Amino acid sequence: MPDKKLKRVDIIFNEDCNCNEVLTNSLKKSKDEILKEILDSGLRGRGGAGFPTGLKWKFASQEAEKEKYVVCNADEGEPGTFKDREILTRVPLKVFGGMAICAKVIGAKQGYVYLRGEYQFLKADLEKSLEEFHAVLKDIGFDFQIKITMGAGAYICGEESALFESMEGNRGEPRNKPPYPTVSGFRNKPTVINNVETLVDSFMICRIGSQKFMELGTTDSRGSKLFSISGDTPIAGIYELELGMALEDFVEEFGDGDTKAVQVGGASGFCVPRKKFKETIIGFEGVPTGGSMMLFNSSRSMYNVLKNYVEFFEEESCGQCTPCRVGCQQLKKGIEAIKKGEKSASYLKTLQKLAETMKVSSKCGLGQSVANSFSSIVDNFKEEMIY
Amino acid sequence: MANTVNIKIDGIDVSVEAGKTVLDAAKKLNIHIPTLCYHEDLCVAGNCRVCVVEQEGVNNLVASCAIPAQKGMVIHTNSHKVRNARRHVVELLLSEHNADCTKCYKNTKCELQDLASEMVINEHMFMDLVPDKNYTTDKQSPSIIKDDSKCIRCQRCVRTCHDLQHVSALGVAYKGDHMKISTFFEHPMYEVVCTNCGQCVNRCPTGALIEKNYLDEVWDAIYDEDKHVIVQTAPATRIALGEDLGMESGSIVTGKMAASLRRLGFDSVLDTDFSADLTIMEEGTELLTRLKKALVDKDTSVKLPMFTSCSPGWVKFLEHTYPDYLDNLSTCKSPQQMFGALAKTYYAEKKGLDPDKIVCVSIMPCTAKKFEANRPEMRDSGYQDVDMGLTTRELAVMIKQAGIDFQELPDEKFDSLMGESSGAAVIFGATGGVMEAALRTAYEIVTGREVPFKNLNITAVRGMEGVREANIKLENVLPAWSFLEGVELKTAVAHGLTNAHQIMEAIHKGEANYHFVEVMGCPGGCIGGGGQPIPTTPEIRRKRAEAIYREDEGMAVRKSHENPEVQQIYREFLGEPLSDKSHWLLHTHYVKRKRV
Repeated sequence: MPDKKLKRVDIIFNEDCNCNEVLTNSLKKSKDEILKEILDSGLRGRGGAGFPTGLKWKFASQEAEKEKYVVCNADEGEPGTFKDREILTRVPLKVFGGMAICAKVIGAKQGYVYLRGEYQFLKADLEKSLEEFHAVLKDIGFDFQIKITMGAGAYICGEESALFESMEGNRGEPRNKPPYPTVSGFRNKPTVINNVETLVDSFMICRIGSQKFMELGTTDSRGSKLFSISGDTPIAGIYELELGMALEDFVEEFGDGDTKAVQVGGASGFCVPRKKFKETIIGFEGVPTGGSMMLFNSSRSMYNVLKNYVEFFEEESCGQCTPCRVGCQQLKKGIEAIKKGEKSASYLKTLQKLAETMKVSSKCGLGQSVANSFSSIVDNFKEEMIY
Repeated sequence: MANTVNIKIDGIDVSVEAGKTVLDAAKKLNIHIPTLCYHEDLCVAGNCRVCVVEQEGVNNLVASCAIPAQKGMVIHTNSHKVRNARRHVVELLLSEHNADCTKCYKNTKCELQDLASEMVINEHMFMDLVPDKNYTTDKQSPSIIKDDSKCIRCQRCVRTCHDLQHVSALGVAYKGDHMKISTFFEHPMYEVVCTNCGQCVNRCPTGALIEKNYLDEVWDAIYDEDKHVIVQTAPATRIALGEDLGMESGSIVTGKMAASLRRLGFDSVLDTDFSADLTIMEEGTELLTRLKKALVDKDTSVKLPMFTSCSPGWVKFLEHTYPDYLDNLSTCKSPQQMFGALAKTYYAEKKGLDPDKIVCVSIMPCTAKKFEANRPEMRDSGYQDVDMGLTTRELAVMIKQAGIDFQELPDEKFDSLMGESSGAAVIFGATGGVMEAALRTAYEIVTGREVPFKNLNITAVRGMEGVREANIKLENVLPAWSFLEGVELKTAVAHGLTNAHQIMEAIHKGEANYHFVEVMGCPGGCIGGGGQPIPTTPEIRRKRAEAIYREDEGMAVRKSHENPEVQQIYREFLGEPLSDKSHWLLHTHYVKRKRV
């Protein structure tokens, strides 16, 4: 059972922060000091996968290669996630600051923001902020530049290696791993790629100290995180909450009194039904999320929810690997056939086995995570799939 | 040793060189892991997922073709989890695949079919997706048919076209369920930069990319009493055909091939090697003429280096990619086309045949030869010079269709007139061969002496290095060639269009200063041609090349200018190299093509 109560936090958007000062002070520290701070904080990636940020930076810093890169993954494409847009609108300097600090640690001179194609409208303002940021760096005498690279609308390009391919002008298809980005990323050089929010957290850890950050959250999930809350809720929006809360408390706060399920982590996340709200912890020890929390009340057909997700994956798979490309098509066609009575209910089992294969044998995180929503919805709402 | 890695596969310890994959390690143990997207010639894709294996301590399966062996790995290639996943992957591929096998050219030669057969699939696990797809087939090219309904999206063709050939006529289009292998804006293959090299055809695991076959047309011609069907066989066919008929790679089957063609019913069984020798006479003379114009006459309109023009894939590549260099191409037709033009003139005249009734069929290691035969320029005899070009593979099919026990056939000779050849002609089949053949003749013309290499083997231009250079100093030349005294003839050889691109860039940037450059469109030259038996791998190419050079060494005549039938045709018909008649029948011109 979780011991954390839902608690609102104000770190990311905290306006009582002189970014230029934080940046100046942070860059005065040695790279080992910064790295220690980030490692101690226990910060894990906020994009969803949750890789320890400090370790990622450490690996990249250990590479002998001279040319290294920092990339900010702002390809926010997960259905139901809209927090990065807000960060980039309101506190872009914190994002850039996080990148500069990372650059100091790993020894990079060039950073990139890979901006979601649909966020074109943010670009002009970001460029303006960049001018200010570059001026500050010049004053400090820190050699680091950031460029903005636009995505073109493919969900798969949020996958880090597909993102590099896209940045290099190639078709956005995930690469084989290993090697990982810290060894061979953008232009096959050591690269740290972090989610927008992770970079802000890193920046703010440098300001408030790892201790303060660690006090929030749980052993496995330190700190707080932004949640994009949508669906059947009277107060949809973006909230910063402490990690490790029970889903029950969350639903109590944000639900409409009739919540039957919460999709945690978007289309690639897990569906938690009402009966499991109490035992479900939101965090890496429980159900992790890149921020998306979609609430569904009893008026919603979970068949439609699932079909929507599967259709999304069917279209957004890059198509290169078999389990993902064909698997998604089969899952969609399969649940439709069951619903129409063309296939018996037992075919659901075949589909669940298929989803399991997609999880273990797909080339990248996209195909591997289709089973999350598929299995959790089918398991918990089997009747809705059949009748 | 520090640079080896020890891992355990299916309970057996194995050590491999660092950097080798789990698949490599399994091969070392003779453990067969099925693969589809993997090909020895290509970079690793890891996208079909058929080769997944289980690694202890790792939740997800790993693609054995893509994962490097790492110290202490414990791998299972046949666990329950692996079998389930592999079965699913094959079933998924089948559900997208138009598995109408009996109507497929690749029936019984299909890697997907082999896998399905291995897995004993009685009933399909998943639903058929083919009816939902708007698959199309592109049959417009005279060389290659692209049938999307057979495609498993392994991207071998895409990697071949990009990595090996630097052409990128094929690429991936769309995403998700619409993802397909396509051309620039989905134009037909015929209208894009495709060189028809057929390397993609040679690597396609299914029937998605196949050569356009002309089997029925050839049989019809053979059965037509009214027609005199002449067949010519390219140098590289005689060392590869056996592979498709149950023999080891590197088997020399020249005699059996001639015997089989006679049994198939061809009226004249002749040899492209004859016209390969003729090519040397024409091209060698052309080179010397160009050198004279450039060195003596100081004629700046003469283009050097001169490029060989035997490879139709290379010629079309140049037409698309470097159209400013078309004047550097030798004006010599390829041996296939020289042969065709002479078959319907010289041969007809000598044998008293009506050229209208001659059907000229060629057996080629090549799919681009089909395109070449169809080029509008190739009608100098007054007819289409070569009527049908078959691949080595198609000939093997005909031999099987006719129920011929190929391996038991006696060795027979080619018919005479245009059936004699030299060792210099045979080596046209391997990269560097045209250069070596040309040097054997040109050096002797200029100096009156044989090339100064042991057994006439110019080993500097042999081998599988992508680009090779060789310089020969011309000393003590005959009086007629005194302008070449002391000149160091600079030559280069490239094979595979990626290497051709490299050499062209060097020339374009002024970094290379050659007189003569041989380029073959396919890796390894014609021995690795797109029309050769499948599979073609680095090891198989090596064996075929060895066979080519063995065949050369075994020939009585080793130099093109000593081929008696070549001497005869100059005496009785052509006059001399580059004569008016030669120009009419044996030379051609090229066209600029768009780069799409």
